[in-house]
Amino acid sequence: MLERRATPIPEPAEPLASDPMVPRPFRVRRLRKETADTFNLELEPADNREVPEFLPGQFNMLYLFGIGESAISISGDPAQRDPLIHTIRAVGTVTRGLAALKRGHMVGVRGPFGTAWPVASAVDHDVVVVAGGIGLAPLRPAIYQLLAQRPHYGRLVILYGSRSPDDLLFARELERWRGRFDLEVLVTVDHATSGWRGHVGVVTSLIQRMTVDPLHTIALTCGPEVMMRFATKALVESGVAPDHIYVSMERNMKCAIGWCGHCQLGPTFVCKDGPVFPLPQIAPLWGVREM
Amino acid sequence: MKTLELGDLRALFEELARRGFTLVGPTVRDDAIVYDEIESIDDLPVGWTDEQDGGVYRLRRRDDEALFGYVVGPHSWKTYLFPPRLRLWRAERGGDSFRVLEEPPDDTAYALIGVRSCELHAIAIQDRVFLEGASVDPVYRQRRDSSFVVAVQCAEAGGTCFCVSMNTGPRADSGFDLALTEIVEKPRHYFVVESASARGEEVLAALPTQQATDAERAAAAAASERAAGQMGRTLDTDGIRELLAENLENPRWDAVAERCLACSNCTLVCPTCFCSTVEDVTDLTGDVAERWRTWDSCFTSDFSYLHGGSVRTSIKSRYRQWATHKLGTWIDQFGTSGCVGCGRCITWCPVGIDLTEEVRLIRDSDHRRRPEDASLEETA
Amino acid sequence: MSIKTLETLLTDHPFFAEFRPEDLTLIAGCGANVKFAAGESVFREGEPANHFYLLRYGRVAVEVFSPGKGPVTIQTLHEGEVLGWSWLVPPYRWRHDARALELTRAFSFDGTCLRRKCDEDPPLGYRLMRRFSQVIAERLGNAQMQLMDLYGPEDQGA
Repeated sequence: MLERRATPIPEPAEPLASDPMVPRPFRVRRLRKETADTFNLELEPADNREVPEFLPGQFNMLYLFGIGESAISISGDPAQRDPLIHTIRAVGTVTRGLAALKRGHMVGVRGPFGTAWPVASAVDHDVVVVAGGIGLAPLRPAIYQLLAQRPHYGRLVILYGSRSPDDLLFARELERWRGRFDLEVLVTVDHATSGWRGHVGVVTSLIQRMTVDPLHTIALTCGPEVMMRFATKALVESGVAPDHIYVSMERNMKCAIGWCGHCQLGPTFVCKDGPVFPLPQIAPLWGVREM
Repeated sequence: MKTLELGDLRALFEELARRGFTLVGPTVRDDAIVYDEIESIDDLPVGWTDEQDGGVYRLRRRDDEALFGYVVGPHSWKTYLFPPRLRLWRAERGGDSFRVLEEPPDDTAYALIGVRSCELHAIAIQDRVFLEGASVDPVYRQRRDSSFVVAVQCAEAGGTCFCVSMNTGPRADSGFDLALTEIVEKPRHYFVVESASARGEEVLAALPTQQATDAERAAAAAASERAAGQMGRTLDTDGIRELLAENLENPRWDAVAERCLACSNCTLVCPTCFCSTVEDVTDLTGDVAERWRTWDSCFTSDFSYLHGGSVRTSIKSRYRQWATHKLGTWIDQFGTSGCVGCGRCITWCPVGIDLTEEVRLIRDSDHRRRPEDASLEETA
Repeated sequence: MSIKTLETLLTDHPFFAEFRPEDLTLIAGCGANVKFAAGESVFREGEPANHFYLLRYGRVAVEVFSPGKGPVTIQTLHEGEVLGWSWLVPPYRWRHDARALELTRAFSFDGTCLRRKCDEDPPLGYRLMRRFSQVIAERLGNAQMQLMDLYGPEDQGA
C-alpha cells in the first residue's frame, strides 16, 4: 500500500452523496512521463471506496484543487481498474497542473461518463482500431478487452498515426503487441526522424493499403476530428459498412451529464450520447460547418 | 371551481406565508414587471399592463385595477428553480489533500405566484433536463418539490405571444396547485379558482371561497378564449424538426446574423434555456476553493471552446445553434419543443429579431422544395 | 518473366483496373523486372524521370535531402503501390529521392517509351494521365494533412 504523507487537516472525506457534480477524492499513486508532453496519471481512491467500474472509451472529469476540471479518457485496463489510469497531454491550465502533481497529491474525480466502444457487439468480427495522436489513449482499454477475449474475434488490426517517433504513446506496449502473431500493428508517423525505420505518412494511407472483409469488420476510430473525417472516409472506401465504424468525439465539457449544454453537436450531447458514436450519427454533422 | 373576491386574495397570501412558503410574484421594478419576493397583494403590479413587440417593452396604466393584467416580463421562474448563480460545493486544502464540503440542503420553499400556462410548460420542460434524465440535479429537485405553484390564467395575450401555436396555452389545465382567473367586472373584481393537487385543495379549503356559478365559470372560460384570439405572433410547427435539420445551410442564417449582436438576451429571458458553466474560485490564502455554477449562453464565443479555439466562431452559427436547438433538436433530446411561445426572446432582443419570422423565412426558402415549385412562385 | 505473364499480372492489379486490354499489352511491353537492395537509391531528385515503378515486394522511402539533416522521409511506399509520377509531368525530372528501405522487387516501366506512345495516341495519354492524377491528388492530400500537424500541441487536449 502506498505510504501517505501525514496531513494535519482535513480528515479523509466521508463518502459523498449522489450529487453528480461533486468529485470523489483520489490520490496520485504514480505519475509517469509518457512522451515530452504526455504523462500517465495513476490514481487510487482516498475515500475507502473502490475504483468505479468503467467501460472502454469512457472518460472522467479530473479536478485540480482551485484550478478546475478537465475531461480525460480512461486509458487503463477495465479488468484492472485500481489504479485508475489516464494518459494526459499537458496543454491547458488544468492538464499542466495535473502534470506537476506528485505521489500522494489529491485529485477530484467525477465519472466515469459517456458511451463505450462496442467491444462486446464486435464478437465474431474483424476489428480495426484506427488511432491518431493521443487518440490511442481512449482506445487502449478496448484493445485490452479485445486481447483478453482474443479467440472471440477474427483479425485484429491496430493502425496508429503519430506526429513523430518521439510522440508515440505506449511505445513499448506497441512493440510487445507487434510481436504477437494474432495482432497486426502498423504504426506511421507524419514526420520521421533519423533512425525511424517504420512507415512515414498519414494514418489514412495505412487504411488505403489494407484489405478488409467488408461484411465482418468493425472499426474503432479516435483522433483529431480532421483525422477521423479522412480516416472514416478511407474505411468506407475500403468497404467497411458505415454503421460498423465508430468514432470518439470531443467537445467542450463542463458537467459531463447533459446539463450544461456546452458539448452539443446537433441533436447530441457528446458527454452522454457519446463520446463514442456510430459514424452515421456523426458524419452528416461533419458536413455542416460550425455545428 | 370556486370563486374568491378581490379582498379575500390576501387570505391566500397569508395562508401560503403561514405554511412557511416564501412568496415570489410579479412586482414593478425599473419600469418592468419582474418576479421577486413579495409580501402582500400590494406588491403586485396593480393596474399595470405591458405593451410588447419585437425589441419593445413598455409599461402602461390600465383603465382598471387588475392585479395580473400584464403578460410576462423579462424574468422567468427558472431564476428560482435553477438559480443564475449557485455554489455547488466548497473544498478546503490541508497539505497535499483537500476535502470537499457539500452544500447544506436548502430548505427554502417558494410559493410561485402568477405562473402563466406557457411558464408551467417551461417548468415541465426544465424538469425533463434536470429531473428526468440519468442524473438528477439535487438543488432543482429540492426547489421543485417544495414549490407551491399558483397559476394565473391569461385573460389577454401580448404582442409577442404565440402559446397557441406551441400548444402551451393560454389556458393551464395542469402543473399547478392552484390556478386563478382574474375577472374584472365593474364593480365586482374576483377570481375563479381551480386546484389541481391535494396541497392546492388544502389551501383552498382554508380560504373564504364560494362555489363558482355557471356564469362565473363561463366568464373564466371566456377570458381564456379572448386571450387565445389575441396572439400577437404565430409559428407554424408542422414538421419543424425536419425543416430546421435540413436547412442548416439556408442563407437565411447569414441574413439574421447580420442583425444579431450575440448579446445572449434571448437565452437569459428564455424560460427553458438551461445552459450553464462552472467557475472555480479560491480565497486569497489559496486553501479554500469553491465551485460555482452560473447561467451561460450558447451565444458567447467561449461556449464552444475547444483546443484553443471556438467551434462556433460566427454569429450565424450561434444563432443557428440556438434556434435549431430550441425548436428542433430539443425534440430529439427531450421529446418536446424547447419553445413555449412566451415571446420573451422577441420582446427582449435589442434589434427585434423575431423567432417566428425567422422560422417563416426559413420555411419560405426551404431548400428542400423542388425547383419547379420555386419557379412557379416566381412567375406567379 | 515474359511480357505475357506481366500483362496478366497487370490485368489483375487494382491500379490498372480502368485500362483497356490493348493499353495493358502496350504498358506491359514497356515493363521490366527490377530489384533494389536495402539502402539502394531508386532515383535522385533532379535526375531525368524516365520510369515509374509498381512495387511487388519491399518498401521504398520518398525523401528530400537536407544539408545537415541528411535524408528526410516524407512518405514510405509499399507492396502494391506505385512509385513515381514525374515521368508523366514536364519537365520529366524527379522531384524527390527514392531509396529502398529493404530488399525491394518491382516492375519498372519505361516512361520515355510510354510518353511517345501517349503523344501518338492521345486517348491512351488521357487514360494514363487520369490514373496518375489520382495518385498525385492522393499524395498531395496526404502531404497537406501531414503539413497540418494534426497531432501538434494546438490541436489536442484541454
